[in-house]
Amino acid sequence: MVETGACVECLRRSWLLAALGPYVERVATGEVGLRSPELLRLSNEELVEATAPKVAEQLLARIAALSEERLNEELLLADCWACCCHGDLYPVALRDAPDAPWALIGRGSPSLLDGLQPYGAVTIVGARRATSYGREIARELGRELARAGLVVVSGMAFGIDGCAHRGALDGGRTIAVLGCGPDVAYPSSHRALWRQICDSGLVLSELPPGATPWKWTFPARNRIMAALAGMTIVVEAATRSGSLITMDLAADLGRDLGAVPGPVTSRASAGPNALLASGAQVVRDAQDVLDAMLGPGNRRIEQQRTPALGTDLQAVLAAIEAGESTCDAVAIVTGLSASSTAAALAKLELLGYLTCSTLGTYSRTLVPSTGKASL
Amino acid sequence: MPKILFLRVTRESKPPSVPTVLATARTFTLDGISARPVRVEVDVHRGLPNFTIVGLPDAAVREARERVRAALVNCGFEFPLRRIVVNLAPASLRKAGPGMDLAIAAALLSASEQLQWEGLANAALVGELALDGSTRPVHGALAMAEVARESGAETIVLPAENGPEAALVEGIDVVPVEALGQLLGLADGDWSSPRPEPLPLLPSVSPGAPDLADLRGQPHLRHALEVAAAGGHSLMMVGPPGAGKSLAASRLPSILPPLAPSEALEVARIASACGRLGTGLPGGRPFRAPHHTISAAGLVGGGQAIRAGEVTHAHRGVLFLDELCEFRRDALEALRAPLESGEVAIARVGGQRSLPCRFMLVAAANPCPCGRGEADPDCSCSPYEVQRYQGKLSGALADRIDVLAAVRQPSAADIGGPPGESSAAVRERVCAARERQEHRLGAGRCNAEMTPAEARGCALSEGAALLLADLYARQRLSGRAHDRALRLAQTLTDLAGLSEIGDEQMAQALQMRRRDRG
Repeated sequence: MVETGACVECLRRSWLLAALGPYVERVATGEVGLRSPELLRLSNEELVEATAPKVAEQLLARIAALSEERLNEELLLADCWACCCHGDLYPVALRDAPDAPWALIGRGSPSLLDGLQPYGAVTIVGARRATSYGREIARELGRELARAGLVVVSGMAFGIDGCAHRGALDGGRTIAVLGCGPDVAYPSSHRALWRQICDSGLVLSELPPGATPWKWTFPARNRIMAALAGMTIVVEAATRSGSLITMDLAADLGRDLGAVPGPVTSRASAGPNALLASGAQVVRDAQDVLDAMLGPGNRRIEQQRTPALGTDLQAVLAAIEAGESTCDAVAIVTGLSASSTAAALAKLELLGYLTCSTLGTYSRTLVPSTGKASL
Repeated sequence: MPKILFLRVTRESKPPSVPTVLATARTFTLDGISARPVRVEVDVHRGLPNFTIVGLPDAAVREARERVRAALVNCGFEFPLRRIVVNLAPASLRKAGPGMDLAIAAALLSASEQLQWEGLANAALVGELALDGSTRPVHGALAMAEVARESGAETIVLPAENGPEAALVEGIDVVPVEALGQLLGLADGDWSSPRPEPLPLLPSVSPGAPDLADLRGQPHLRHALEVAAAGGHSLMMVGPPGAGKSLAASRLPSILPPLAPSEALEVARIASACGRLGTGLPGGRPFRAPHHTISAAGLVGGGQAIRAGEVTHAHRGVLFLDELCEFRRDALEALRAPLESGEVAIARVGGQRSLPCRFMLVAAANPCPCGRGEADPDCSCSPYEVQRYQGKLSGALADRIDVLAAVRQPSAADIGGPPGESSAAVRERVCAARERQEHRLGAGRCNAEMTPAEARGCALSEGAALLLADLYARQRLSGRAHDRALRLAQTLTDLAGLSEIGDEQMAQALQMRRRDRG
């Protein structure tokens, strides 16, 4: 069992941030100098003075009155634990960041943080409004990178974040960094995902249990996500997107940046395409990420032994790769009957070569995954 | 005699010792699509001339006063200038429609001793009266004749136009009349009419009807239609506008097996109650395609006087919902229970009514609000809009959809190509597959109606079981989705004429099944 625990000063800082929620909301405008990560560099007194001068004394007195027992009890009640920058569990990656959180409140397995090096984790970010292409790539990257032994860090938001977590849960370890208390499932429709991550991964936050999210807490948690991992990958993002803030923060820390290329006509891929143009690492699959982080060829994605495909399956797969997406079109291109095409598509889907949307259209997956050789 | 004196005399007179109800007659009112027996009681006694109808009549029944009065006078009868009270029993049942005119007139004639007809007690009378005394057809004569027989009437007298449909009911004398005056001849026994010829069963496919051959170059869509028809599975088609979704749906009735005589009678009963019955019993299956602005009550039925909804009109046929995502949410929600149970239950103050609605659901939708689909570079929808739109597809009703077919725009070569297989050829295979199902499940049942226990009892080959288990483990299928795949695979097996589900059929079923969200 890993030793958890934080010193009382660091814990009080977390509770102070939660108490300052509405005050910081008013001050943090997103302009240079007034961004929440920049505000969070300030000491307790400076921060309170800058955001809530009228109630500064009361607030500080109230926070100072919080006893260590009381704070630990609140953590225990919420089934959470904490670590702080003075403890061993605190990730090395965060220590060198100037605006690093004092304490981290976690829910789930603390062992994920134990000995976590920057190059043992990768952050996947992207738009909430993602296309099916983006979601598929995020899921695949999450799964393959987690299988390769990396910890996949993301923000549990809709779209790309959620897909990256789901993929990673399928393959290995994942950390969700939240902009609210770690015991608060936000967004609430991701409650099931949150529970899964609590059970088999880790949910982290710098805010205490029960803290509600504010606009400013999201850029603030983005700085933790950017700092935790050696590389940050954006899958899909429009030109003005919160995901690009994370990329900026990661660049400031000197972390590697990766971007998944998309069609130049797609608005959802405008962000990553622009980053690629300015020199970000091209991410086509998990192997690209491993090569960039660990040096080319240092770790290989194990290619699953793919079973030999029959001629029908090969023809159908080729038709999909050539851009057809419906069963009708595939049947016409390959010249197979409708029933054999349907059977072939189902088998290819089971083998992991294809995915089928809720609309019944097929697309090629990123990497061929496992399949039964009996097919 | 001065009026005031007349009144005083009435007041002073003793209550009569004889019953005041002087005449009764049997008739029916239409409640939804079923007929309910009504007894018309007419009381004619001294008093200020007046004509009242009581017993929860609607406006059309109340207006019978004027029609009956004019018809009586114009047929040469005398309209009694007395206090006339017509009671429609049971008094708690709402009476609707003009079909009670004939019975009211007959009872009134009998009460005023202008008609002496001993058979009146054993006869049921139905019909609307014109002012000149001729009869006009009513809705629901078929159901009325059936209820008349069940309630023990020997004869049903009804307008000549309704004769053929009433003649479908055996065990009751059907007497079509053209005018009120013919009742006299009927009473005296010096006039009778031959039993009308019952309605003929129309052929299931009329020449020139839409044929599946029109669907060109879409092998998968054709296959999906065939499978859906063979197993009675509900079908959803998703594709861009103009890809042939509506065309395909309208061809579906032509490949369904023809109606069995008992089913044709059910369909005819509904059509008759709604006044849609033409010159013959429908042999082909109904096809209903309501517009997407339809209300929940319009779809499943409702209203104070209960009216059958589109689902009931589509009984034993096809209900096609084009632009599924544009339908009102409450309307789609209202469809769920009827789809499951095969009948619509409508609760009203007077009790619960149920209307039959065993239909095949066919839905069509565009892939995104603009219709082009995400893959099309011209698609102007934002990913969020697309997500919301597709959320509608996977929510609400989608749970009840078995087969999903992605439809693509046919190419110019496809459209110019040779016509597809004709409906007749496909229908032959569908009928053969249905026969196997009836042999296994019992008459009138199809694979889509298999209970979970029956679905899990299907014979599976080893390969098919392996495929299903593989998918089940991989995609965390729900039990419902698991059974749905089995039902589909069984239909494919029936179409192929095999005795157990092979892995080829299972793979096809897994491809055709509706996908869950995610």
